[in-house]
Order: sequence, then structure tokens, then C-alpha cells
Amino acid sequence: MKKELTFTLNGEAITAEVDPKWTLLYLLREVLDLTGTKEGCGYGECGACTVIIDGRAVNSCLFPVMEAEGRSITTIEGIGLKDGSMHPLQTAFIDEGAVQCGFCTPGMIMSAKALLDANDKPTEEEIKDAIEGNLCRCTGYVKILDAIKSAAGGR
Amino acid sequence: MNNLTTVGKKIPKRDAPPKATGSAIYIQDLKVPGMLYGKILYSKYPHARIKGLDTSRAEKLPGVRAVVTASDMPANFRIGVMKDNPPLKAGKVLSIRDEIAAVAAISAEIAEEAVSLIDVEYEELPGIFDPLEAMKEGAPLVHEEAKSNVLKMPWKLVCGDVEAAKKESAYIVEDTFSTPWVTHCCLGTSGCVAQFDTNNNLTMYSNTQIPSLAQNDYIDALSALGLKNRRVRVVQCVIGGGFGSKLDTYAYEYIAILLAMRTRKPVKIIFSREEEFFATSPRQCTITKISQGCDKEGRLTFREMEMILDNGAYTSWGATTPSVMMLPISSLYKVPNIKYIAKCVYTNNTYSQAMRGYGNPQATFAIESSLDQLAEKAGIDPYELRLKNANEPGEITPQRFKITSCGMKECIDEVVKRLDWKGKKGKGGNRGVGMASLIHVGGGARVYKSDGCGTIIKMDDFGKVDVFTGASEIGQGSDTIIAQIVAEVLGISIDDVNVINNDTDICPWDVGVHASRTTFVAGNAALGAAKKIKEQVLEVAAKLLEEDPASLDIKNGVVFSVKNSEKTTPLGKALRKVHYTLGGKMLMAEYFYDPANENFDKEFKGNLSVSYAYGAHGVEVEVDKETGQVKILNYIAAHDVGKAINPLLLEGQIYGGGLQGIGYALGEKMIYEKGYLKNGNFLDYKMPTVKDVPYVQPVIVESDEKDGPFGAKGIGEPGLVPTAPAIANAVYDAVGVRIKDLPITPEKVLKALKEKEKGA
Repeated sequence: MKKELTFTLNGEAITAEVDPKWTLLYLLREVLDLTGTKEGCGYGECGACTVIIDGRAVNSCLFPVMEAEGRSITTIEGIGLKDGSMHPLQTAFIDEGAVQCGFCTPGMIMSAKALLDANDKPTEEEIKDAIEGNLCRCTGYVKILDAIKSAAGGR
Repeated sequence: MNNLTTVGKKIPKRDAPPKATGSAIYIQDLKVPGMLYGKILYSKYPHARIKGLDTSRAEKLPGVRAVVTASDMPANFRIGVMKDNPPLKAGKVLSIRDEIAAVAAISAEIAEEAVSLIDVEYEELPGIFDPLEAMKEGAPLVHEEAKSNVLKMPWKLVCGDVEAAKKESAYIVEDTFSTPWVTHCCLGTSGCVAQFDTNNNLTMYSNTQIPSLAQNDYIDALSALGLKNRRVRVVQCVIGGGFGSKLDTYAYEYIAILLAMRTRKPVKIIFSREEEFFATSPRQCTITKISQGCDKEGRLTFREMEMILDNGAYTSWGATTPSVMMLPISSLYKVPNIKYIAKCVYTNNTYSQAMRGYGNPQATFAIESSLDQLAEKAGIDPYELRLKNANEPGEITPQRFKITSCGMKECIDEVVKRLDWKGKKGKGGNRGVGMASLIHVGGGARVYKSDGCGTIIKMDDFGKVDVFTGASEIGQGSDTIIAQIVAEVLGISIDDVNVINNDTDICPWDVGVHASRTTFVAGNAALGAAKKIKEQVLEVAAKLLEEDPASLDIKNGVVFSVKNSEKTTPLGKALRKVHYTLGGKMLMAEYFYDPANENFDKEFKGNLSVSYAYGAHGVEVEVDKETGQVKILNYIAAHDVGKAINPLLLEGQIYGGGLQGIGYALGEKMIYEKGYLKNGNFLDYKMPTVKDVPYVQPVIVESDEKDGPFGAKGIGEPGLVPTAPAIANAVYDAVGVRIKDLPITPEKVLKALKEKEKGA
């Protein structure tokens, strides 16, 4: 039985017909074609599906779609600046060499954005806490840390 | 080489922007119109007879379009190195990853439900899960027709006379080391979409790292399925991690092809994370007996190794890793006498494949741990022992590797200096230092009859370049490296170079991303093609400028005369002239680079690679004697890379490889109990998180390899080769216990500490 759901997605009001059994990730990827949000495990352990819900970084693969009602949700597709340029975190990830295969990158950037939105001068430990749930197999995380520090410093 | 404009620069990865904005399309993201979703039913038991198989309930489920079993596959069709693996199994299942049936349905959910409706009646059989047991006389046979559980792949290398050398050695050590299965953990799971056109030609959307060889595998499969002389096109989506996992084709790909053939629809199979853990092939596990000796002065006299590898139930590249293990075994340091024997043994466990390092991490763990034992026995500082025996340029090793450039001593010295080795070695306080070196192929590796890669370059009217390469981008940065090389040769901006790499219909042939060969081989192919097209451009411009082509060059997209600075023409103008002239032509060049390396001969000897990569890692650890926890305080990773084409990407390989090595050393292990995987998820399998990142200093040593593109050698794999033994050696220096079985878990450290106390 489909239900109607209304929420804000990347700054725009949206109404969607959803099956209450869905996860938010399913709605984003399979129905709305927002495939920038990745599924790496489907059980909340890798962080590739991270989106920002009301300011908090959340694993969308565990988030029941009905819980999105009335909330504001941001995905990797929605963080670019109004002039069409990339978000400073995206630029920093590119410039610092923080992207290799790139599968973890959108989730990693969303976790970092939730952190920087709340705390624009995080310590290294705070950055590590924020992205601890985001797994990356390529980079060894060092350049990801560099990128987040650089984006924070540039603000 | 000081005038380089693009090579040697920290240029961000060219595929990073689409990845960072979420617009890159991975296989997970691909939707083809009319596409169905495939799902596989695996065996419930590691060893069982299939007594009954009933798919009728699945077939009746609305939305199901096809259900296939072994009876739908050609009876004799097998995949893998030894052709011992039918993509769908009949009669008996030999491991928990055995594919029994598969469905295609209009949604992934229906496909999953349908799989659960397939009824299989099993008769469970006793399995064999220990290779040592499997080798015993009378052990049950995994493959009855094979007559023995020992694979017919006799790995044996003999150089010099080990027995005579033993007699002449002043010091000898002997011990046994073992390493576990570890898995790639690519963040993007495996998957493909198989699609037939009306003429039964196949397009395979894939994340393979061997497009040309996979194409060959699929053509064989189509032939077996009765579709002879069909075309196969392999299109790679953006690849979410490789590390060797995509160096072979898997059963699921053939199942997708079969389902697509049956349904006449595109069929997509994407692995869940659970499948990615148990149904892809990990790094080969090993049990290694090693003996090494030296004379009174500490010169190495011999190295003898015997290795048992659990082959699992089927055979993929894991069984061939002893070929690469021979490289460090025969040639890491100068050792005149070598003996190595390896046996791969069938069991009812999972089967192994390539993973970054291809056997080298396992062999180097034994060699470098044992070397520290030898240093202690001989009363020599482990650093002195290594330096005394270090490889040098110009050397020909016992396995007939011709060492060209070699920065091994520089790497060892960097480690010693930056770690304050002399100040910290053996100082106690639960802190210690350790080191280990590496040798790896750095100039391709002739494991197939060809080690080649093709490149095609074409130029448009405006001086912009399309480069079609056989090389695959799996995140390592090959596109950027190739673009840098082409831009450098042609004197244009890297922004004017477009690299196309993902379609066998348009890209040239290549044997794949393996053996750290891409920068070297694909880089040389790009270099050759760029030089050829530059010649053509200069000839055209020479006519335009009324100059001798030999006196022309290109810089910043402008052709100029080196003799007369007033004679210039923008590249675009010269190119337009070629097209807009009666009898004109199009500017295109191709180049196939196949390095002058050698296949092994029957004795496994020959110059496998045209150059060799070296490195040394040093680590300082602190061991908590209460918990057994090993903490890395400082980590130096020095690598001889020939030349850093792009230091930004190079550091990424060192950091990334290093942390994979640290995971291998301290935490990662696939726990198989009686054939069942017990920790096939990210909660229980300890892949390093950001909290596990120590302070790492990458050190780049440039030895300028004469055959490398701009002097470069490979760096893809070396970053994790010496990590585990360096850490094991540091733990020993800190608390006096040697862990010989990876990973070095707190439990093992504590147990060893207790045993040491008892012994004392």
C-alpha cells in the first residue's frame, strides 16, 4: 500500500508516493534517480549512503522512508553553491587527492559537511569522530582528513 | 627533465569531480531500459550432494521471467585457471559459495523472493577444511576426477645448492609463518549487466579490471552456449574499487549472460555486501616453512621455503600467486642459493584470487620476520644485515631478474634516519622499532604471452586530444597519469587531453590492471603514441612555417621554431590546415607497447619485469602489556618509484596501500569455520577505519628507471608488501614476542607474553 510523503529535498518541497517498507535510500536511488548516494552495505556499517537530515549525518539505508515526513534532507546532489560551483568540501576533496575509486566519497563529504555546518573549526579528533562510520578502502584516509581540514580552514 | 610542465606535478585526479558530485555512474547506478534483476541461490552447506532441486514455486511467482540451473548451462562448460568451476553446480556442491540456481525478475525484491522459493534437498557430506588434512593419504577428494587434492600446479624453484650452503653457513634460523584469508572490501560491490542485441551479440556492462581478457572469457562462454562467432563488447562503468578482485571473471557474470539469453532482456546482477564477502575470492592464505642462513660476516647464504596454500574448492589466480612469491623469495636481498616449493590443495573452503601484492605480502612476511631472527642469532643489527645484503643496480639475481634502477639502500637509509633507528632500537619500555624491505615488479610482468597495452591518439581541429587507452581506471589514477604524459609530450595543457578507457569497441587491447603495470606499460604506450602524433603535427607545421620539422617544438599549444622565435603557429591552425587541404588527412597515431620482459622458463626463471620496484618500511610501536594492543607511533614508508609522475596520486597509493597493510598486519582475517564464513560483514571483519590511521610519512625515492615513462616504475602494490613484517619485527623489539601468524591481534600478543613469562 503506497502512502504519500512530503518533505524538503535539496531545498525543494517534494511529494512522493512511497511504500512504507522502503528505506530513504531506496526512494532516493531507485525512485528519484539520485544515485550520488551510494549503497555500500545496506546495514549502516559503511557510511556510503550518508545524507543530511535536519542537519545531522544519517545512514539513509537504515532510515525508514516514512520518517522523512516534514524533514529537510540534503544529498550530495544538493550541496553545490547557488552559482553552480561546487561546495568547498567537494573542491577540497578533489584538490587534496582525497578521491580514488570515489564510491565512499559522497557519503564521506556529507558526513564532513554535517560536521562543518555545526562546527567550523573542528579538531582532528572531531573530524575523525565525524567520519569514523564512513569506510574507505583506497585512500588510507589521510588525504580525506587533509581535505576536510583544508575546507574548514578556508571558511 | 627539469623543464617538465605537467609530469611530476601534483595534478588532481581527472575523474574526481564527477565522483565528488555524485554524478559518476557505477555499475550499481546503471539502469538499462527493460532491465531485469538477477539473483543467485548459493549452497547451504560446504559439501553436500544435491538430491533434489525444485524451482516450480519460484517460476510461478509473478514477475519472475526465468529460473536457471545447471541443466541450462552446457554440461562441460567450466571457468577459472584450471577450468574446474562450473558457473552453476549440479550433483555436488563443494563450498558455501557454490551457485545452484538463479532467477531473473522484474525487480530485485521479486528476484530475492523467488530465490527463497527454490527448494533444494541436500545430503550433507563430510567436508575437508584443512589443507594439511586434505594432503593426507586417503583424505576424501574434493574433486573425485582429479584423483588428488593437491593441484597439478607444481611450483618449484631451485637456484644454486641450498644443502651445500647450509653446511657452510655460520648461522641458520628456521621457523613457520602463516597468513589468513583477507578480502578486498571494495566499497562498490561486484556486479554486471548483460545485454544481447537482436543478432545475439553481447554487451557486458561490467566493473572488470581486465576488459580485453574478460571479453575473451565471455566469447568462450557464448561459444559454449551455442552462440559462435558473436561479438562481445565490454563497457566498464566507474569502478568502485579493484585491488585485484576483478582480475578474473566470476560465475555470476556467466549466470547474468545465461539469464539475459533466456529472457532476451538485459539482466543486472549486483552483489549484496554479504555476497561480496563470501562469494568473491580473497587473498590466498598460506602456511610457510622458512629457513635462512648467513656467514660470519652476515652475508646471506641461502633461503629455503616450503609453502602450503589452501586452494579452496575451485581454482582462480590465487593458485598462481607462488609465481610472484618467487620474486621476493629469490631476489629480496642478495641470496645465492634458493629453494622454494609450493603446493596448492583443494578443500571445501572458499577459493582465492588476486589481491594487491599477488602473494608478495605473504612471502615477504615470512622472509622479513625470519631475517630479524637471523640477525638476532648472528648478533647483527637487523638494519646492518639488510644493508649488507641489499640489492644493487646491475645485479642479476639467481632467478635471472636483471636489476636496473634500484633505490633499496636509499629506502633503508631513509627509514633508519627518519625513525631514529639507532636511538630507539632495543631501548625497551614496551616500545620498539622494526623494518622490512620489498621488491616487486615495477616494469610490467610477463605472466601472459603478452604484457602489452595499446593506445590510440587523435587530434581535433582545435589542438584538443582524445586518447584511447586499453588501461582501466580503478581509482588508482591511470587516466590522470596517461593525460599528463600525453600533455607533456605534446606541449599542451592537460585540460586539452581527454582519456577514453572503458569500451572494448573503441579502446585498444590491454592485459589488464595488475602487477602494478599500468603507469609503466600503459604510460609507455601513451608516450609512444604521443611521440608519433607529434611527429605528424610537426611535419604539417613545418610546411606551414617553411621550417625543418626537426627544429620545431610545441609549448603551451603553440608550435614554434627553436631557431627562429618569430616562426610560430597555434597548434589548432596547423591542425585545421591538415583537414582543410585538398588531399588532407586526419591526425591519428597508434602505439602498442609490450615491454621486453620474459616469461618464466620451465624452471621458473627469466626476467619477468623490465624493472623492479623497491621500498622499505619502518615502524615504531608501543605494546600495551595489559591488553596486548599494538599502537603504531610512527610509520615510514620509503619507496623507490623511479620517478613520481604525480606525487599527489603517488602518496595516495602509499597511504592507501599502507593502511591495507596495517589492516593485514593487525586486524583483518576472514574467519572460516568448517567451510562457513563467520564474519562476512563490516561489523565483524576489522577493516581499518579513520581511527586506525597512524602517523605515516611517505618518502619518495627517485632512481630514474631508463625504460620507464619519464623514468617511472610501478607503485600500485608495493605500499602494503612489507607492512606486516615491519610491524611484527617492531613488536618483537618492544616486548620480545614474535607473532608468526597474522593478524597480530591483542589475544595473540597476550598469549605470547604469558608463554614468555612462563618460559622465563
